[in-house]
Amino acid sequence: MSFPWAQHYEPKVPFMRWLDEKLPLPRLVYNAIGGGYPVPRNLNYMWNFGVLAGFCLVLQIVTGVILAMHYAANATVAFDSTEHIMRDVNWGWMLRYAHANGASAFFVVIYLHIFRGFFYGSYKAPREMVWLLGVVIFLLMMATAFMGYVLPWGQMSFWGAKVITGLFGAIPFVGEPIQIWLLGGYAPDNAALNRFFSLHFLLPFVIAGVVILHIWALHIPGSSNPTGVEVKSESDTVPFHPYYTAKDGFGLGVFLIIYCAFVFFMPNALGHPDNYIPANPLSTPALIVPEWYFWPFYAILRAFTADFFFVPAKLMGVMAMFASILVWFFLPWLDRSPVRSGHYRPLFRKFFYVLILDVLVLGYCGGSHAEEPYLMLSQIAAMYYFAHFLIILPIISSFERPEPLPFSITEAVLGSDKKAVLGENTTPAT
Amino acid sequence: MVRIIGFFVGLFFAVGALWAFANGAYNAATDPAEKTAESEFHRHPKPLHLASDGPFGKFDNQQVQRGYQVYKEVCKACHSLNHVAFRDLAELGYTEAEVKAEAAQWTVPGIDPNTGEETTRPGTPTDHFPKPFANDVAARAANHNAIPPDLSLMAKAREGGAAYIYSLLTGFTDPATYKNEHGQSLKQAFPDFTTPQGLYFNPYFANLNLAMPPPLTSDGQVTYEDGTKSTVDQMAQDVAAFLVWTSEPSLAKRHQTGWPVLGFLLFATVLAYLSKKQVWASAKARRD
Repeated sequence: MSFPWAQHYEPKVPFMRWLDEKLPLPRLVYNAIGGGYPVPRNLNYMWNFGVLAGFCLVLQIVTGVILAMHYAANATVAFDSTEHIMRDVNWGWMLRYAHANGASAFFVVIYLHIFRGFFYGSYKAPREMVWLLGVVIFLLMMATAFMGYVLPWGQMSFWGAKVITGLFGAIPFVGEPIQIWLLGGYAPDNAALNRFFSLHFLLPFVIAGVVILHIWALHIPGSSNPTGVEVKSESDTVPFHPYYTAKDGFGLGVFLIIYCAFVFFMPNALGHPDNYIPANPLSTPALIVPEWYFWPFYAILRAFTADFFFVPAKLMGVMAMFASILVWFFLPWLDRSPVRSGHYRPLFRKFFYVLILDVLVLGYCGGSHAEEPYLMLSQIAAMYYFAHFLIILPIISSFERPEPLPFSITEAVLGSDKKAVLGENTTPAT
Repeated sequence: MVRIIGFFVGLFFAVGALWAFANGAYNAATDPAEKTAESEFHRHPKPLHLASDGPFGKFDNQQVQRGYQVYKEVCKACHSLNHVAFRDLAELGYTEAEVKAEAAQWTVPGIDPNTGEETTRPGTPTDHFPKPFANDVAARAANHNAIPPDLSLMAKAREGGAAYIYSLLTGFTDPATYKNEHGQSLKQAFPDFTTPQGLYFNPYFANLNLAMPPPLTSDGQVTYEDGTKSTVDQMAQDVAAFLVWTSEPSLAKRHQTGWPVLGFLLFATVLAYLSKKQVWASAKARRD
């Protein structure tokens, strides 16, 4: 679907006309990210991160497929084959650093994308399906990233795999058999490494599939925008190409500069030194932590240190960790405010900033030792996290007085809306 | 309905977290965590500046070669260098002939071509550095039940990297007289602290007692071929520089590659910005 004023694809050369009849692929692209997709004209730079996330996915698949040509998924040689890539494969060090830091970059981009959605109410009707598919993509990304971190078979790979698969052991009665089934043994070993490699290779393509659904679902209502006011007329939109291809091109450049600075000048800054020690089941590291992008969830997992009613502390932590992400699925129905954008919601906005602070505190605690004061800090932060989504967000809309909304996107941009069109016919707003 | 169920789920986890907090606070108040010698008297690495530091860093071949000499004459008795091959030495400025000669000085495991029996032969440039012990059991038996770790990746596998290696090598001291950064005496704070038989006190090591005896004990232990005075401090710095190289021989190339990449990206991004501005000019013009 698209707006009635969307430009139409008209193949000019005979070959393209011929192709359009047989396989209208160029038409599809034109209508998806070309001139045929009208987009609100007021998108700010927070709307760059969808395209950047897509770029990261392609980057990870390309570097990953080449790395897989040189990597050996066998517990006896996996660590050495990673070093073989670093030392003996031409430009192997660059590929591996690009892939490892690419994962971090992907999560930076995706977190900004998600929090953009939180603030601007992107999850609200009519875009619930876009949001749900987005959460599915995030879950798949977490699984992929976790299994990827196991592949170098360093100390943190091994112990991370042991801790995370151990979470399933907390499920009553069936937990232990499930854990053994998942690992193919009592502890992570060759069987686990092999299946993790297989799934790590498969899941990105599943993600790519869900991304297509995500974009498809997005194109039904069209993109949201910072005012949260839906598109009313042609003057509210500009065609995706050239306007947003140009803007995304600039955003991509800024992203690549920061990303390449990490790859070439501090490639190990986001990693843990222990993963340069070969996996050793007999020596437990002093601190077992996942990669930074899991720290907030890891903090929630470890925050539940006391049995609660009849629920053991460990199970409580596991349930809380899964719930902390699954709660996002219900967001469209938890937040009932008819106003989408946080710009016009004074009370919501305050709680949103508290949430950002809260997640940063959780992240800090998740990367630290499981000791005081980090535990108490993460307990308070975990309490706020659940209260925010499940108690505060559902009720603030009942007594919040939103600020006045603009009549249309055009009015928000120009100060007035005379139903004017873009281009030379326009008259300056008075 | 979603909101009502959600409310109770939220309440469950929020109160659960609060309950854990209350328990934690009670425990912290009634049974405060005791300070340990490890947490109070462990030292952070001393600063060390190497030519390979920073975004412009490249190896000081002279220093890395000296560090290699220290490895060869001191460390190699116990520590392997599994990931490094003799051919890699060419990057340190050795000629092909020198690398060949260097490799030939080492004895590596081989197979007798006539009998098929395991034997030894002189190294060739394609060989990796040989291991000092046949296996982990032999390594343990010879070292008070502690396996000397492989050194190839040491500079990347420890918090603090090269500075940690340098600090550890020069950090062995007497626990009886040791004071931490705040001037507190270990002997006074923890009178019961002991260094077990076969271990050596070193405040830069995480649990303060280390199985490795001080390897660099006296000035002049190694006679440098380039005439540099081989103080303990100098040898420790040189071997740290060498281990930075072994942990990532491509480091200098990485830095050299990074600058043109960033330069190109900066240029391309400026162009992208200008074209974005131009594309949007017609849409923005209406602001006036």
